[in-house]
Amino acid sequence: MKVKVKFFAILRERAGAAEATKEIREGSTVAELWELLQRDYPRLAPVRMRLLYAVNQDYVNADYALKEGDEVVFVPPVSGG
Amino acid sequence: MFRVTRNAIDLQELVAFVTDPEAGAIVTFIGTTRNNNEGRKVIALDYEAYPEMAEKELKRLGEEAGKRWRIQRMAIVHRIGPVQITEPSVIIAVSAAHRADAFEACRFAIEEIKKSVPIWKKEVFEGGEVWIGTQSGQPLNRY
Repeated sequence: MKVKVKFFAILRERAGAAEATKEIREGSTVAELWELLQRDYPRLAPVRMRLLYAVNQDYVNADYALKEGDEVVFVPPVSGG
Repeated sequence: MFRVTRNAIDLQELVAFVTDPEAGAIVTFIGTTRNNNEGRKVIALDYEAYPEMAEKELKRLGEEAGKRWRIQRMAIVHRIGPVQITEPSVIIAVSAAHRADAFEACRFAIEEIKKSVPIWKKEVFEGGEVWIGTQSGQPLNRY
């Protein structure tokens, strides 16, 4: 199945891309997707900050099981205001 | 009104939006770009958002404020893109029958924005630039 990934801020710069479509195994979790993305974008690997995860514009846990067409965002520490 | 915009924020628009005949107080908060941070001479702040989710989270925190305090109306507008020294990056306006509720709800809104709304600032300073917040991850506090 395919999911859409959007990168923002420091992750966008490290990935060198704002968006990606990724083919993953049915039932993959958000954490598993992150592992795969680190192989596609090696510069994401050294990211040591704590990430939050959002699927379809809502925060989810790392073990959230993805579905076809989900929009996934890895949220680096926010700093609005 | 919960919005992310690339344009300069109009304080009067927010005040007009929260103006309410049952309100005895309107509190506003304006976050502005400061010319220094941790010893660095700041040139500008460059904001980025996940806009659809940022607006959803702003609305959510507005609803939460409405459960905690007796407020009439709330408006939050956050700017993205470069924000120069002295310019507002965020404006919050809250109206309430009584001032205490308006002050507290306004304070809550800005503190929550800094915790959970997907907006990021890059500090552009003399000699470099840095994404703020990435050195110390923070947990998500859900209501």
